[in-house]
Amino acid sequence: MKNKYDVLVIGGGPAGALAAKTAAQAGNSVCIVEKRPAIGTPVRCAEGIGKELLKEYIRPDPRWISADIESARIIAPNGTAISLDQARAGNEVGYVLDRKIFDRELVWQAAEAGADVIVKTRATAPIIENGAVRGAKVLSAGVPADIRAEVVITADGTEAQFARWAGLDTTVPLREMMSCAQYVMTDIDINAGSTDFYLGNSIAPEGYLWVFPKGDRTANVGIGITGRKSHDGSRAKDYLDRFVAKNFPNGKAIEAIAGGVPVCRPLPCTVGDGLLVAGDAARVVDPITGGGIGNAMYTGRLAGEVASKCIEAGNCSKEALMAYDTEWRASRMGMIIERNYKVKEYFLTLDDKKLNTLADSIASISFSEFSVSALIRELIKRNPKLLFELKALKDTLA
Amino acid sequence: MSTMLRINRDKCGYCGTCVAVCPEDALELIDAYLSLERECIACGICARACPLGALEVVHEE
Repeated sequence: MKNKYDVLVIGGGPAGALAAKTAAQAGNSVCIVEKRPAIGTPVRCAEGIGKELLKEYIRPDPRWISADIESARIIAPNGTAISLDQARAGNEVGYVLDRKIFDRELVWQAAEAGADVIVKTRATAPIIENGAVRGAKVLSAGVPADIRAEVVITADGTEAQFARWAGLDTTVPLREMMSCAQYVMTDIDINAGSTDFYLGNSIAPEGYLWVFPKGDRTANVGIGITGRKSHDGSRAKDYLDRFVAKNFPNGKAIEAIAGGVPVCRPLPCTVGDGLLVAGDAARVVDPITGGGIGNAMYTGRLAGEVASKCIEAGNCSKEALMAYDTEWRASRMGMIIERNYKVKEYFLTLDDKKLNTLADSIASISFSEFSVSALIRELIKRNPKLLFELKALKDTLA
Repeated sequence: MSTMLRINRDKCGYCGTCVAVCPEDALELIDAYLSLERECIACGICARACPLGALEVVHEE
């Protein structure tokens, strides 16, 4: 481990890996520090991603694709299923990844581009000089060290402590933290080509329960509920255990995972002097789906690009690095997050009865497009009597 | 009487959800254990957010 790099990346997930790879390819000396002893584990993810999105960053490889998804079903509280089928839809659905292998592949690509990777190394504080981040104090397998850098890209996930220590408030309000639990279950009867999303306040209050196939009789069975509905006896794990007991009584859980998914708006500012924040740490998770892998890769890559330009220009001030913040906010990702945040806030107001009514209204439709906006357009079209109530939803399309 | 946060390490899933909601930045997920690193105000927000019920605000005489 050297003690000085052009770019220091905190966290070896998809955001950190893309940031490191991009900055290394631009000719910078780069180091990724990962606090865990292994890249890729423990997985804190349902592992789903859209095909088109994934392909923007990496060529799909069967080594880290667990399942090829051809359809999706949204199941309303009364059991009504809205089906989205790849055969009828104009676009592809998605993959369920094997994050343990996928994350390693991304970090391997960063290493191949020239980045150093150091595991079991935890950032404990930013090095700050004249108000600017100039690196990080780390504990590497228990040994303290200073790693200096022109730019620190922090991609430390849900915890997002490094940015907080550098003065950005990353605290997630309880109501906007999805409290999640998941089992990798095997020996269960599922449709191996369909991702299923179960809605309902008795199933997953203000969230959803998912069954994402990982093979013929194996799936990620997980749930996210809002933190404000989480109490003793009604936590994410309790809801999940009830669903599993009812639906997969003979299934075997071969892995138990917990996690928190922030569904708040992104950080008001993702940049500081000498600092960029990417991925879940920047709170760029899709507020409707909770999906974060694609957005992490996008912001990671962009952070790597902007850091490289600023280092080359010899100006890594907040003002110069702001190009990163401005660009992602104006991007397709930024606009989808803002729209889906509003859609989420609307859906949170619905009780089960209304959810059922809306689901029934679009259950028989063949969707020509696989997207949140297509669903919203149909909901508005099919529910003229709810025009006033759906106005908030309609406004999100404007 | 004092109020404190109790971490049940056998229940904890080391996921860091509590870290992200802590208004005081008191908690830290260090590899495979959760640690109370800085002063806790026993607000209980972390205990609410925990998916597994591993955190509890306890009142001791």
